[in-house]
Amino acid sequence: MRERTLMLKLVVAVLVGGLAFAILVQTRDNNDDDFSNVRSDELVELLKALDAANQRLGKQITDLTRTRDSLLDTNQRTKAATDAARERADALAILAGTVPVVGPGITISIQDPGGGVDAAGLLDAVEELRNAGAETIVINGTARVVGRTYVIDDDEGIRVDGRVVKAPYVIEAIGNPSTLAEGSRIRGGLVDTLQKRGASVRISESDRITVTALADSKAPEYARAES
Amino acid sequence: MIPVVGLVVGVALGLWFQPEVPETLRPYLPIAIIAALDAVVGALRALGERRFDDRVFVVSFTSNVLIAAFMVFLGDQLGVGSQLSTGVVVVLGIRIFANAAAIRRRIFHA
Repeated sequence: MRERTLMLKLVVAVLVGGLAFAILVQTRDNNDDDFSNVRSDELVELLKALDAANQRLGKQITDLTRTRDSLLDTNQRTKAATDAARERADALAILAGTVPVVGPGITISIQDPGGGVDAAGLLDAVEELRNAGAETIVINGTARVVGRTYVIDDDEGIRVDGRVVKAPYVIEAIGNPSTLAEGSRIRGGLVDTLQKRGASVRISESDRITVTALADSKAPEYARAES
Repeated sequence: MIPVVGLVVGVALGLWFQPEVPETLRPYLPIAIIAALDAVVGALRALGERRFDDRVFVVSFTSNVLIAAFMVFLGDQLGVGSQLSTGVVVVLGIRIFANAAAIRRRIFHA
């Protein structure tokens, strides 16, 4: 009986020692962070979760790529529209005479010792130049001629858009120089008409004419764009 | 006294050899440890209540370890290994807490 008790005590000691041993071994083993002690079905779950996440992220990439592409496309279209609008604005500004202009053209110097050139004569000359394709016309370097320009006789001389111009007149026109010169010299044209009024006309072609005079820009009071 | 010597020897052996857990035992060892802990805490309680019996301890210790390992094995075979492991750990944990509470009440009367 005494031996039996001692035996049991020894077994208890072995068991307790075995437990302590196992705990130490297990805690040490658990510190290696790998998947070696993960069961296979857990691994499968992990793999599935990773797969799902992968797919979701792939879809996200596709979506975001599409969004980026469409944004880029919009951006380009906006840029094209802006460029077109700017070109149009430039053309209209030249027409309205609100910006300085440079380009090839002709200079017409009119000596008028007899005073035979009046508003009608000057307007005729301008019309002739327009017919010949002048894109910008300026008289005496100060009066820019645009669509709304008026020309009237005045006590002090000729009034173009409120600005007095006096002889000798210098008309500068931007356009194709040879066409403008030919158009002016044509029989019954600008030169003929002015010479009949007793003026002497000299035409010189130029590769570069700079027009710095601006027309007064005035917002239309009655006309409205219909759209 | 002898069990304390066994404890010290076990710790010393673990620290001395630092062995790797064999591949076949890997799934069972953690659960077996929890089951053994349950038996040890139960033994401590019995010790406090002065009704500790070596034989009962040996039997409950071994049977706890074997049953726990067997349940994990069975769960792995059935494909519910992780769930069953969790269940075993929960049940053993509850038992450990209950025994610890009894010990606490006896010692601190609270």
